[in-house]
Parts: sequence; structure tokens; C-alpha cells
Amino acid sequence: MTIKAVFRGLCAGIALGFALPAAAATLTVATVNNGDMIRMQKLAADFRRQHPQIELNWVTLEENLLRQRVTIDVALQSGQYDVVTVGNYEVPIWAQHGWLMPLEDLGADFDREDLMPAIAESLSYQGTLYAAPFYAESAITMYRTDLFEQAGLSMPEKPTWGFIREAVERITDHDKGIYGICLRGKAGWGENMAFVSSLVHSWGGRWFDMQWRPQLQSDSWREAVGFYVDLLRNYGPPGASTNGFNENLALFQAGRCGIWIDASVAASFVTDPRQSTVADQVGFALFPSRGDLRNHGNWLWAWSFVIPAASTNVEAARTFVAWATGRHYAQLAARESGWANVPPGTRQSLYASREYREAAPFAGIVLEAIDVADTHSPAAQQVPYVGGNFVSIAPYQGIGTVVGQQLSAAVAGQASADQALAVSQHIAEREMTRARYLQ
Amino acid sequence: MAGRHGRNKLVFTALAWVLALLVFFPLLWTLLTSFKTEGEAVAIPPKFLFFDWTLENYAEVWERTDYLRHLRNSIIISLGSTLIGLAVAIPAAWAMAFSPTRSTRTVLLWMLSTRMLPAVGVLVPVYLLFKQAGLLDSRSGLVLILMLTNLPIMVWMLYTYFREIPREILEAARMDGATPLRELAYVLAPMALPGIASTLLLNVILAWNESFWTLNLTAASTGPLTAFIASFSAPEGLFYARLSAASMLAIAPIVVLGWLSQKQLVRGLTFGAVK
Repeated sequence: MTIKAVFRGLCAGIALGFALPAAAATLTVATVNNGDMIRMQKLAADFRRQHPQIELNWVTLEENLLRQRVTIDVALQSGQYDVVTVGNYEVPIWAQHGWLMPLEDLGADFDREDLMPAIAESLSYQGTLYAAPFYAESAITMYRTDLFEQAGLSMPEKPTWGFIREAVERITDHDKGIYGICLRGKAGWGENMAFVSSLVHSWGGRWFDMQWRPQLQSDSWREAVGFYVDLLRNYGPPGASTNGFNENLALFQAGRCGIWIDASVAASFVTDPRQSTVADQVGFALFPSRGDLRNHGNWLWAWSFVIPAASTNVEAARTFVAWATGRHYAQLAARESGWANVPPGTRQSLYASREYREAAPFAGIVLEAIDVADTHSPAAQQVPYVGGNFVSIAPYQGIGTVVGQQLSAAVAGQASADQALAVSQHIAEREMTRARYLQ
Repeated sequence: MAGRHGRNKLVFTALAWVLALLVFFPLLWTLLTSFKTEGEAVAIPPKFLFFDWTLENYAEVWERTDYLRHLRNSIIISLGSTLIGLAVAIPAAWAMAFSPTRSTRTVLLWMLSTRMLPAVGVLVPVYLLFKQAGLLDSRSGLVLILMLTNLPIMVWMLYTYFREIPREILEAARMDGATPLRELAYVLAPMALPGIASTLLLNVILAWNESFWTLNLTAASTGPLTAFIASFSAPEGLFYARLSAASMLAIAPIVVLGWLSQKQLVRGLTFGAVK
């Protein structure tokens, strides 16, 4: 080997050494622990093949813990995370504070026009998209077709609360351990209050009037909450005040619930014969309305990726977000895991796909539920807030959690519905005053 | 008389067994659940022993996460914070036990009172300090915060042990010309070794199980086993079997340590309690 060759080799090595760090980026991605996100982590090998210069580090957490961690990180501009998974509750609040990078122009594969309009709107602030939806859900009614048949009932596609009550009374059979209805009773703004908020909206009520005065003692709240408490106390499973999504899912899959009204993501679980003992006896309908109002609660939740403004890897992060939420990913997930496992609720093209509709018998009702959800006008009267199963303002987490505790106590029989609402109204007024929404 | 004594002994033994089983049952249930399928884990009525035993949850947990990295972080953080804490707590407890002043009691109570503050109350200031010092998502940062968190307990435990040692022995060593460092290292430490060992063990366990700071101050690289478990908890989806497998893997090292050192732990915890 000549000196010249050694010199050339050295130069090439030095050049490569300079070039590699310039191109490489390591992204820290914070995600929630659910089936779709875990599947995405497994399929990320495809992203690494396409972009070998971008490394991925995953931080997977339970959603409440994730929310606590990323909120403090994003609010204090620490920049520990390059891509963060949040819901449509956070997006408008964080965007308003300037904590997020806008996500317009994510490329042709992302195809913004293909997003469900309701989802895109819920992830935008002043017309600009700040989050890319990974999967989305609304709430639907799931029921046991065999029990309905035995009772001589037929579930309408758009049930009313009146019909639900009548059906629950007829299919409850305490001797056989069949509970007419399973609903969330566990306290929390994302637990029982997600359901109660939608119930109240469907009943014609609202959280706040246009001056941000809490309306928790209005007739609509009193009637809706009274109905909910009465239904669970008389026809719900024992310990309903501590049941959340998972507990009700276990009960429904074991054949103990006649009707379960909850997030549409449950549809794929209850129809999966590997998990559910009633997989082929499940029917679906929209979230009930009061009938005359035709308001189906406006439940809408979208787990979405955002890029914090403090990230130092914005371009690489945009590349990853475009891959994970683009049309190509849907094809990849379908190819690798089957059509039923493609993240639902975000793209119109998915619901136009014959393969998906065949693999997911609940696709039509989920699509309709998302379509009819109007988070900007969730109540019969005008409201100053956005959100159907939550209120997208910062104090809501605290208010929702405390009101949830009061209503959970009412379901447990420790207080009446009216007492719980009186305390809730007082707490909501105090918190809104502290947050300077009220004088 | 003897009959009544024997009967009492039998009742207390039976009660102790029942209590022990009650305490142990959640651990046993988690262990059994870790060998079930997700469907069997939530079966109603619950299945106790007669189910299809499987190792698939352990395989899934192993495949999905880097268990050994989390384990390494847990060992470094818990041992590091305890050893540095002991280096600070031994001289502090020695000074308070053998050279007390009028304010010693107040200082001890004040130290203990810092444990009564909910950690979340200081999350934002601590987070900002860590951010400024570049300690976020670092093992040294976690060692520091866990050492500070557990320091009051260490000082209190060691203070209690040291008070049991006759002052005259230390005075004799001093009269023989021992420097304070020699007095500590060659006279006090050997005599208080059981107390120091149980303080070390208890604080390793406390640091191992600490989940507030270890979850809030870490991101991708330094998360210990608490972060490992947290990544398997899910409010939307029944993954109890996998969560149980992750829990068993996370607690296994500390359960083995506790099992091996239970005599020292019990002795340390009851030392000085009965006089």
C-alpha cells in the first residue's frame, strides 16, 4: 500500500466521519401503550429501511402517566421528546401556547384531503393542522343480539335513551348474572366523565354557558345524571362505580353485559373470538340520543402525533410522523397484520376499502359515529368550548376529575345525583374563578 | 393453664398464617396470571390453577423491551443512591447520636418532615433545576434525587442504631488517640454493622421501587424497571397477563434479595423497638 493510498483512505474516512453525524438523527418517540401503537413499533423496521439515517428510541407509557410526563416536558420546553402522542384534548391548548410545530405539508403520502374532516378539524388550531392522527374513535352502542332476540327486541340503528331503558329492563337477569347495561363508573375525566359529558350533550345539556358559567345544576344535567345513576344502580353490574373501560370490556367479553356503550375501539376486541366468548353475538348501533334532539353525544378522540417546538430534530420528526400516519402505513399494517388491524377512524380511504369493510363488520357504524360527531357544536345550545367527551380548556382535567369523583360516589350510593351535582357545581365555579374564566 | 397457652399459640399461629397468605396472595395471583393467556387472565369466574400454562407473555415482554438495560439502570440507581446516602448519613447520625446539641431533635424532626411533602408539589422546580443542570434522563440525576429523598430515613435509622452503642467505647478509642475518621471506621462501623446493613438493604428496596421521580425525570435511555412496568399498563385494552409477566420480571431481583437477607431486614427493622 502506497503512502498516497493511505492518505486517500484517511481523507475518505475523515469525510465519512463528518458526513455521518450530519445526516444521522435519533428521535425519541413517546407513545401510549395500546395494540395499534405496539404494532406500529414492530412495523417501524420498514421506516428504518427507508430512512437508515434516523434512529428511533421509544418511550411507551400508560396514557395518564404519558400525559403528565409530556405535558411538563413540552410546557417547559425541555426538548426530551421529538415526537409525542397526544389526544385532541391537548392539541388546541398546546397549539395556542405555541408549544407545537405546525404539520402542514407532510408530503403526498400523508394526503391531508383524505383525513376525516371531523378529525382534521379537531386537530387544528385557527385552521392550521398541528397534529397528525394515528387512530381515532367515537362512542357506539354494543349489544348482545342473542339476548335481544330472546326478549323480542330489535335495536334501531339510532337508538334513543328511552329505548335503551326499556331494553335494559327486559334483558337484565340477575339470577343468570346478566346485567342489562355496563357503563363507565370509575372516576376520572377520561373515565366516567368521557361518557357523562357525551350523555349530557346528547340530552341537550352543556358544561358552560357563553360566559363560562358552569351549568351542572341545569335541568338537562339533573335529568341525564339521574338517568345514568338510576340505570347503573338498578341494572348495572356490582361495583359499577369502580368499572372503567377495561373492567366493562372483561364483563362484556364474558357475556355478562346486555348493552355496553363505550369507545368504538372496543368493537374489534368484542368481536375477536380469541378474546370474546360472545364474539358472534354482538350488534352495533350509534351512541343513543334523546330522540327529539338527534344529538349522539359528539364523542371524538384521536390519538395523534405532534412535534414539540423544542425538538431539535424537527425535519427527521416530520419524516417519521408522515410515515406513521400516511397511506403507505395503512397498506403496510394491512399486509403484515390483516385489514382488521389497520388503525381506524382517521382516513376516508380506509372506509372506502372493500377489504376493510369485510374484515371489520363494525366499520360502517364507526364511520357514521365519527361523521356525526361535531366537537365545535356539541350541545343543543351555543357553547364557548370545543369537545364532546371533554372540554378543551386547561382547567377541565381538574374539574372533570373532581366531578367524576362526585358522580362515582352517587353511583356507589354514597350520595344522591342532586347532591353530587350541587357539590360539582360549587367546585366547577371555584376552579373556573381561579383560572380567571369567571370574575 | 398449659392447655390455654397451647390453644393461644395455635390461634396466633393460624392467624399469622392467614395474614401471611393474605399479604402473599396478590403476588401469587400476579405470578399465576403471568402464565395465562390474556383471555384466561380476565376469565369470569377466575381460573386459579387449571388453565393452559404458557410462557408467551414472558416471550412478548422480552421481545418488546430491553429488560437488561432497565435492570442495569435499576441496579446502578438504587445501589448508587444508597451508597452515597450512607456516606453522608453515617457521619450525620454519628454526630447527632454522640454529640447532640439542643437543636438535634428539631433537626431530626425537620429532616423527617421533608418526607411528608408530596413529591408532585416540587415536581416543576426540580424539573427546571434538572433541566438547567443537564441532569434530565441521566442516571447521575436519579442517583442524586433518590439519595436526597431517602437521606432522612437513613439518618433516622442509623441514629437509632448508634444510640444503642455505649458512648464509653468511643470515648476509650478517643483516649487511645483515635482520630474521628478512625473512630468511625474502626470502632463505630464494625459495631453498628447489622444496623448499617439493614439500612442499606431497606434503602436499596425503597430506591428500587421508587416510581415518581424515576418516571418523571427519565425519557428513553435511563428508565429503570419502574419505567419498564409502566410501559405495559394500558387503560384501553386487556393486557393483564403481559403486565403480570413484566411485573414479575421487575420484582424478581428485589424479591430474591429480600428473601436472602430477611433475617437482617427483620432484625434491622425491629432493632431498638423493644426495650
